[in-house]
Amino acid sequence: MESTYELHEGALWIRLKGELDHHGAKTLISKLSSQIDSALPLRCILDFSGISFMDSSGLAVILYTHRRMRELGGSIRIIHLPDQAARVVNASGIDRLIMQDERSGSDEE
Amino acid sequence: MKSENYISLVFPSRSVNESFARMCVACFAAQLDPNLDELGDIKTAVSEAVTNAIVHAYPDSIGKITLKAKINQNGELHITVRDTGKGINDVVKAMQPMYTTGGSDRSGMGFTIMESFMDKIRVRSKPGKGTSVDMWKRIVPRSGGAAM
Ligand SMILES: Nc1ncnc2c1ncn2[C@@H]1O[C@H](COP(=O)(O)OP(=O)(O)OP(=O)(O)O)[C@@H](O)[C@H]1O
Ligand SMILES: [Mg+2]
Repeated sequence: MESTYELHEGALWIRLKGELDHHGAKTLISKLSSQIDSALPLRCILDFSGISFMDSSGLAVILYTHRRMRELGGSIRIIHLPDQAARVVNASGIDRLIMQDERSGSDEE
Repeated sequence: MKSENYISLVFPSRSVNESFARMCVACFAAQLDPNLDELGDIKTAVSEAVTNAIVHAYPDSIGKITLKAKINQNGELHITVRDTGKGINDVVKAMQPMYTTGGSDRSGMGFTIMESFMDKIRVRSKPGKGTSVDMWKRIVPRSGGAAM
């Protein structure tokens, strides 16, 4: 899988492409974390539009980013989740966590 | 009950086989004419079980994984993923949401996803001997659906 990073007005756009499973995600978290550490963004926008398959490995990526952005006092947003990935997110219940984060993120603004 | 059709697959615990394994079961399950959501759920459940065998059963070695898929007479899909790896000490605890012995690259949601996407799951494990995960899902024939 591929990931591309773009910093735009304090927001780090992370675009993911391919199959987000354990095999595909092997180096993703370390790449992602070094990008966040050097950009120190206020917001992370994870764009899943290019994801053709996702399992719990994707949840770990979302949870990691969520945790890291919390530590930085920022927030995360997940956009363009394809149906299959959305079912995984819903089944896990982490959508509630992320939604909450979004709300508290905008309250602080 | 006599099974109508089945496949059996043995492969080494290399992560490159994760996508191969779920595609195989998806192709096999296609004869039940599942809808896109059902097909996605099956692929995801297989991916979780196979990834667990790769990541947890054989953490520092390459071992054998056996994957079986069967279609029972009542149109039910039965999937078995078996390893002969390190096994699970406390299966009930392992199956709890968010429980993981992995690092930050694991979420502890694998079993929860298998449970929610399949009708039934059974996990049998012996420490030092291995783990066997059985999952069942009935594909409801669609109205005016394709004849088998
Ligand atoms: N085949 C197996 N062999 C040995 N231990 C296993 C096996 N499958 C699961 N486990 C144990 O059960 C725990 C929970 O598994 P589960 O799939 O729910 O979460 P995870 O694999 O840790 O994280 P995730 O699946 O979200 O990436 C694992 O952390 C591991 O300790
Ligand atoms: Mg798992």
